[in-house]
Amino acid sequence: MIKKLAKSVREYKLASILCPLFIAGEVTMEVIIPMVMAKLLDEGINYKNAAGEVVGNIQSLWQIGLILVGLVLVSITCGVLAGDFAAKASTGFARNLRHDMYYRIQNFSFANIDKFSTSSLVTRLTTDVTNVQNSYQMIIRIAIRSPLMMIFSLVMAFIISPKLGVIFIGVLPLLAIGLLVIMKFAHPIFMFMLKTYDKLNRVVQENLRGIRVVKSFVREDKEREKFGEVSDDTYRLATKAERIIAFNMPLMQVCIYGVMLLVAWLGANLVVGTGESELTTGELTSMFTYSMQILMNFMMLSMVFMMIVMSRASASRIVEVLDEESDITDPKNPVTEIKDGSITFKDVNFSYSKNMNKLCLTDVDLSIKSGETVGIIGGTGSSKSTLVQLIPRLYDATSGEVLVGGLDVKKYCVKTLRDAVAMVLQKNVLFSGTVRENLKWGNENATDEEIELALKSSCAYDFVMKMPQGLDTYIEQGGTNVSGGQKQRLCIARALLKNPKILILDDSTSAVDTQTDAYIRNAMKEYLPKTTKIIIAQRISSVEHADKIIVMDGGKVIDVGSHEELLENSEIYKEVYSSQVKGVEQ
Amino acid sequence: MAGPKRYDPAVMGKKLTMDKSQGQTLKRLLGLITKKYKLSFIVVFLCIIVNAVVSAASALFIGNIIDDYITPLLKMSVPDYSDLISAIITMAVIFLVGIVSTLSQQLLMVRITQGVMKGVRDEMFDHMQTLPVKYFDTHTHGDVMSYYTNDIDTLRMMISQSIPQLMSSVINIVVYLIMMFATNVWLTLFVLLFVAFTLLISGKVAGKSGKFFVHQQKALGEENGFIEEMINGQKVVKVFNHEERAKEDFDKLNDSLCDTSYKANKFVNILGPINGNLGHLQYVLIAVFGGILAISGLDPTLTLGVIATFLVSSRSFSMPINQVSQQAGAIVMALAGAKRVFDLLDEKSEEDNGYVTLVNAKYENGNLTECKEHTGIWAWKHPHEDGTLTYTELKGEVKLSEVDFAYVEGKTVLHDITLYAKPGQKVAFVGATGAGKTTITNLINRFYDIEDGKIRYDGINLNKIKKGDLRRSLGIVLQDTNLFTGTVADNIRYGKLSATEDEIIAAAKLANAHDFISRLPQGYDTELLENGANLSQGQRQLISIARAAIADPPVMILDEATSSIDTRTEALVQKGMDALMKGRTVFVIAHRLSTVKNSDVIMVLEQGRIIERGTHDDLIKQKGQYYKLYTGAFELE
Repeated sequence: MIKKLAKSVREYKLASILCPLFIAGEVTMEVIIPMVMAKLLDEGINYKNAAGEVVGNIQSLWQIGLILVGLVLVSITCGVLAGDFAAKASTGFARNLRHDMYYRIQNFSFANIDKFSTSSLVTRLTTDVTNVQNSYQMIIRIAIRSPLMMIFSLVMAFIISPKLGVIFIGVLPLLAIGLLVIMKFAHPIFMFMLKTYDKLNRVVQENLRGIRVVKSFVREDKEREKFGEVSDDTYRLATKAERIIAFNMPLMQVCIYGVMLLVAWLGANLVVGTGESELTTGELTSMFTYSMQILMNFMMLSMVFMMIVMSRASASRIVEVLDEESDITDPKNPVTEIKDGSITFKDVNFSYSKNMNKLCLTDVDLSIKSGETVGIIGGTGSSKSTLVQLIPRLYDATSGEVLVGGLDVKKYCVKTLRDAVAMVLQKNVLFSGTVRENLKWGNENATDEEIELALKSSCAYDFVMKMPQGLDTYIEQGGTNVSGGQKQRLCIARALLKNPKILILDDSTSAVDTQTDAYIRNAMKEYLPKTTKIIIAQRISSVEHADKIIVMDGGKVIDVGSHEELLENSEIYKEVYSSQVKGVEQ
Repeated sequence: MAGPKRYDPAVMGKKLTMDKSQGQTLKRLLGLITKKYKLSFIVVFLCIIVNAVVSAASALFIGNIIDDYITPLLKMSVPDYSDLISAIITMAVIFLVGIVSTLSQQLLMVRITQGVMKGVRDEMFDHMQTLPVKYFDTHTHGDVMSYYTNDIDTLRMMISQSIPQLMSSVINIVVYLIMMFATNVWLTLFVLLFVAFTLLISGKVAGKSGKFFVHQQKALGEENGFIEEMINGQKVVKVFNHEERAKEDFDKLNDSLCDTSYKANKFVNILGPINGNLGHLQYVLIAVFGGILAISGLDPTLTLGVIATFLVSSRSFSMPINQVSQQAGAIVMALAGAKRVFDLLDEKSEEDNGYVTLVNAKYENGNLTECKEHTGIWAWKHPHEDGTLTYTELKGEVKLSEVDFAYVEGKTVLHDITLYAKPGQKVAFVGATGAGKTTITNLINRFYDIEDGKIRYDGINLNKIKKGDLRRSLGIVLQDTNLFTGTVADNIRYGKLSATEDEIIAAAKLANAHDFISRLPQGYDTELLENGANLSQGQRQLISIARAAIADPPVMILDEATSSIDTRTEALVQKGMDALMKGRTVFVIAHRLSTVKNSDVIMVLEQGRIIERGTHDDLIKQKGQYYKLYTGAFELE
């Protein structure tokens, strides 16, 4: 996992290495400065004359003072540079991670996207990357700094007095065990608490989304009760977990105070017992400083460790995306030209999970001539959308072959194929940007005349022109400032601009009234005479004039034929027809 | 999914400064803590003081141990350790007190923090239930969600960390300031001057970082927005071969985010080293110049011993000051979060001045009287000013006269709507998106209130009816189904909490949902995932119809209830719907004209006005808009 992530450091390697180096410099200064300060005190201010009176020494004050100022300058330089490099390295690393993930996602097939779900991809690109970025900065700063400080201080402590240094060999493991025990008890409760947090968020979210249902059934009290329960659970668990964590500080204090008293007592004995030959009073003072530093940095280290453990989940979620291989790729010698818009399905079976026992499409055989208009009709769950998504290779058939222009779709360059097949998806989206920008997705070089023609063909011209800025009207994210029917018509116009060999409309006029729907169909006939048009619809009226109508049910093609033929032969078609037309022909 | 963390850039930019509204927020927050946890809070405060004393004592002990105990011991020929032993024992006791007080402080803080959080959370949700639908229509779910997640979390940080630290810092600052003044006034003034200088510099750095943080938040927001939009539309990106452009656009945003967040982080990172080293510098300056002053004897009160003690306390003095200056950003941010929470709590509740209530009733000697038991007959209980009560049977008669309405002032969306639905009638609304069909139903159940005109329900002015009772008498099936996590049975029971299993099955059968529910792996006990993601759109809709059916209301509103169901399934649902509609006043909104054809009256709406009304046959004869729509649908050339 670390290896995979490390690949994204790239141009920030230098900063990532320089940062710890300067941190090391800063740490060195931080160890040296107190020592020189002690010297300043001893030789400058507490300087004793031969008679043992404290008289001070101006010369030493100046000398050591200047040295100290120099050291402080070095320390500031190191600190600032280290901070700068840390920021550069961690934000750059995050930038590369996002870049790599996003590029990877662009190569994802529909199946890959389905596997992750869009909301989880968004979290991975945002929250998870931020978590890893913070941990990375922690690692290159504190994870270097704290152990260094600790080791420096420990070494110094041992140099001053190996006997007193032994204290730490006893205390540090005790502290470590104490912290681990606290963690061990608190961790499972925290995990449990996070789950109730999710539940709490879910209750709020469902309440927000369903507020009209809540209000119309007057169920505010029931919702309060529901929320109250989860809120209680969260409170209970959070309190329990944090009560355990609350022992962290006192434990730390026990250690610090304990060490202090031990150093005082043993140190005093050592100083007095050996007549300052093994330990001087000045050294004892610095011993106290080092003890504090050792324990404080140990505590910091344990916190960093916890952070890293917590961000591990984020890191592994990122690696999952980076590791995902797209299952739809170009063949070795891709064909880059498509002869015509004919489509053939040969014994096609399809399953989203690639499991032949859970087929969504079973034994589909179809042949559609170039330029034909084909309607597809069938109930929800009859796999109409699945069928057409095989044509531009959004998914690959599990078995069998799909041919476009007489050639297996797998033999084409994916880009060529998709350029030739325009598809208006059932769940369609407009992007934030002007109307023109959105339409240019279909053809980047489209002129205003071409755009207007497409808009006219999709019956969108009039309302676009009525908008305040016409083609330059800004569409909000998700197209919230246009109605459902307007959105569908813009999406159709966008697809028309591709001037495709095959045009697929997947239930794309459901929010458009029947009159407009009819107009759009006629316009398409004129605008794209040579294009194969496939129309999935709920309304018989949308497909009845097609050259061929495919009736689907439960993943199978049940009947194929013209409107009249199907009215004769197809039970399902007749049933749908009569349910829609009943009463009109009386 | 909760949205990205939202910081208010305006607040972020202010850094270190507090304006009046933030002061009020802080006051309110403290009020919240002290209201319920006054005693605990006082104890915490005492613990903090105890801890400050203990840490001062320990500094004093270390500072004096050599001079007071070890040096005298060195001078003795036979060292007598008893003084040192008693000093160490005294210290041990003091430390023990300190540890105990820390532990109690920590445990109490957990109680206070979690208690306040729970209180705020519950109050927020409780209050949110009283807000009008308008609030939910004008605030994005992501924003409201972030009150419950991010803002409450910053509140937690503030209560559990910032406030105690602030208190202890202030105590420390005061204590050391006094100690310093007691030692030497001139040196203290010098330290204050230097601290001011340090604050000035760190304020500058913090200001810079604050500025870039605002930029970073903006860049982050932009990038997150872009990611969310593009990933949601990823399938469209693929269909249009738009990957390369998507990458280009992404790189631009990504680079600018990297740039600003680098700068923001840089200034935060260097704040620590700068502050720390300025502290060192202060130490050196005092030692050198103080030492020279003392040695040259210019100030007789300034001895070398004084300087030594002063050096120690001056370091202890700058430490809490640095802490406060580093905490300031977090506090300002937390206050912004707290303010958003309070804003939600201050949001005005849905007004309800209704006093007419819905009660069970029965006929006794031809007179309608109230009764406790469920009779199947409901009555409006109408108290009058003179103290008398009248009962009107709930029939489901709805009358709108000359109703005007605007969601936003000045933008009228309904003009002069007059309609009359007799009990048991089926009234249909037909028209393009935005014609105002749903708005009319929003007025009937009082999700919104009318601007002008009158609505009467069973002859009673709608405003006089208690909202809860009004809504209980109206069933509603919406296009967006909105099921809740829980079993299928739970979801149907939502319409009538006391429903028995048999009633649930009967309702499901009525809605034609029983068959498919029985085929689910656990039948009625099947758990629904996120809004019923494991069901098809049609199945979800059938459950929501069953949910309305079980409530058995006299008036039903069906807002595009069948538009997500394919026509074959719809034929099945229609049967259930017909059964459901029998004997009830029904308002139907539908795209498919086939669903509304058998209505008693059809209203054709255009831009908020009723342009045609009548039965299907009337309207066909009129050869107006309805005729055009209807014939267009089938193209009978």
